Amino acid sequence: MLEDKSRWTPYWQAAPLALVFFVFFLLPLAVTFVVSFWTYTGYSIEPAFVGDNYVTAFDKCFASLPDLCTTFRTYLSTLRFCLLVWLITLVLGFTIAYYLVFEIRSNTVRIVLALLTTIPFWTSNVIRMISWIPLLGRNGLVNQALMGAGIVSEPVDWLLYSPFAVTLSLVHINTVFMIVPILNSMLRIDRSLIEAAYDTGASPWQTIWNVIVPLSKTGIAIGSIFVVTVVMGDFISVGLMGGQQIASAGKVIETQITALQFPIAAANAIVLLAVVLMIVWVMLRLVDIRKEL
Amino acid sequence: MSQNEKGGLTRRTLLKGSAITAGFIGTTAVTGFPAVHADEPITLRYLSTATNQSPAIAAKAKEVTGINVEYVTVTTDDVTKRIITQPDSFDLVDSEYASLPNLIPSGNLMGIDAKKVKLVDKLATVMTKGEIGGKKIGDQGTAPHKVFYLEKQRGKTFANEPTEWITLIPTTYNADTLGIRPDLIKRPIESWAELLNPEFKGKAAILNIPSIGIMDAAMVNEAMGLVKYGDKGNMTKEEIDKTIATLIEAKKAGQFRAFWTDFNESVNLMASGETVIQSMWSPAVTAVRLKGIPCTFQPLKEGYRAWASGFGLPKTLKGKKLDAAYEFINWFLSGWAGAYLNRQGYYAAVLETAKENMEPYEWAFWMEGKPAEKDIHGPDGGLLEKAGTVRDGGSYDTRMGAVACWNSTMKENAYMVQKWNEFIAA
Repeated sequence: MLEDKSRWTPYWQAAPLALVFFVFFLLPLAVTFVVSFWTYTGYSIEPAFVGDNYVTAFDKCFASLPDLCTTFRTYLSTLRFCLLVWLITLVLGFTIAYYLVFEIRSNTVRIVLALLTTIPFWTSNVIRMISWIPLLGRNGLVNQALMGAGIVSEPVDWLLYSPFAVTLSLVHINTVFMIVPILNSMLRIDRSLIEAAYDTGASPWQTIWNVIVPLSKTGIAIGSIFVVTVVMGDFISVGLMGGQQIASAGKVIETQITALQFPIAAANAIVLLAVVLMIVWVMLRLVDIRKEL
Repeated sequence: MSQNEKGGLTRRTLLKGSAITAGFIGTTAVTGFPAVHADEPITLRYLSTATNQSPAIAAKAKEVTGINVEYVTVTTDDVTKRIITQPDSFDLVDSEYASLPNLIPSGNLMGIDAKKVKLVDKLATVMTKGEIGGKKIGDQGTAPHKVFYLEKQRGKTFANEPTEWITLIPTTYNADTLGIRPDLIKRPIESWAELLNPEFKGKAAILNIPSIGIMDAAMVNEAMGLVKYGDKGNMTKEEIDKTIATLIEAKKAGQFRAFWTDFNESVNLMASGETVIQSMWSPAVTAVRLKGIPCTFQPLKEGYRAWASGFGLPKTLKGKKLDAAYEFINWFLSGWAGAYLNRQGYYAAVLETAKENMEPYEWAFWMEGKPAEKDIHGPDGGLLEKAGTVRDGGSYDTRMGAVACWNSTMKENAYMVQKWNEFIAA
């Protein structure tokens, strides 16, 4: 009897969360999937089972190769931001976490500094985005400084509403997602391992590469999943910082929802989900998170 | 679908004062007046964008009619979405005429009984007939008079002749054009074609709401002589292709600094000098000017793109709430609200009653295009224009008379949205 109870205990404990996931995640997802095969007019959606929405999503995509169709071009652009932001946040996140864990001695200082990295979250996304304009705009602080120092004679336009601006803001927002899991992994590293590496004559770089990086792999993988999924689905930063001139999968979906074209928006959402899942799957193939947690 | 969060800057700041005073008036109204409705006061859930709502109007309505107005504030697109997906979540809606081709077939709105609307014969002819002083104005797109009447109360088709069932009773309407920074452009701007003039390379913007952006783009294409449209508000696939092609070419050449979707973005772009010429809405121009930055809502020789919105009733409304809705609509048309809207730079549905509620110098400035005799104040008392200024575009007759097309829902809407996404990705 007692054994029976304890065998079921973990399931009961997991049940509330599972229920929440079921109602607010799995169910809506299933509905989205079903609706993606429906047909629509300007004012109604009709149950059906047609692949039209997917055909429209990939309209002329294969016929027009090697020219890229809208969907491919959108995803290529999003993937490019994804890769770039991932690389930069990884280097930044790793460096900052390393500094916090191995260079800071005092625990209090470490906590204070770690909290400082969350500053970008103190303001809303929109405020954060709008505040870039006086900094990077044509008449912004950076341009005034550059012109004042005589480095340029005309304001530099590519600072704002450009791929540069999008990358900058995405890095700004997402670095903390990388810092926290890596920090967590690094804190668990047994210091004696590093001493051992040092004692056996490893250079600091060798220690980082052969000891710390492998032992931080879980944190890196979790951080990467955070960053990649957020960037793939982002359309607010891309929209605001790119001056809405840069396409993103999320924006395409939003435009279609606004035009009441729910089924095709659903189809695009499913495509986006599939792409993100593939990326996550590849990352999980590289690092077995569960084994190393 | 243009008035997305239009109220944002101006309204929020302008109305603070009046909201407080209105609050007081509201309180006295409850206690001091004998309630018009002896029993429980009726509450109407009023669905619309922020543009069409103001605490002062709600307070005045309460004072006069005893009806509680509970605003449900959403964006323009969400007004449409709500009517279609949650028709029971409101008692009165203020929606754009342009969305009617999608709303009426859904069957979620019912025709408004013309006999119960006292001033129905006084409604502006711009709305009911598409004419001013007997003269026809541009009616491309979903012009209100084309979708004004229903065949029957619960009909799903529009009537070609006036009937006793009205789709929406007009609340506000206006004529939109390009906004410019005269201080940075330093020469007269007279045509929509200037939006794509290479002189303004990297300093132009268009709005990224497909249904409206495409209309502005069509005005530009037509002005440049690139495309001849049958009806800009109802393009053929070929016309859409050509229109988008011009936009893509301009985008690739670096013509646009940015695209915008909400009111505040357009204000920021213009005020910061990131753009000098762009699609714009009238209160956004006022908001830029209130910062002390010169900005003109530039009249252009090809004319304006107009929009209009009005009250609709959900099909399920009945009993006391239905009576209250009619009472509220009648009060709304009786002048006080109309004057309030006129002072914001919009136009009221019944001009005569609005005029009675405005000072002669106000009427002369807003409606007759005459230089302001005194400083012009907004509905809450905030300074809008100094004495001596003339309203951009002039009088009501000149502005509304020069309308070229109306916001619309096209038959090829799905295709248009697809092409618009292509433009954004290009």
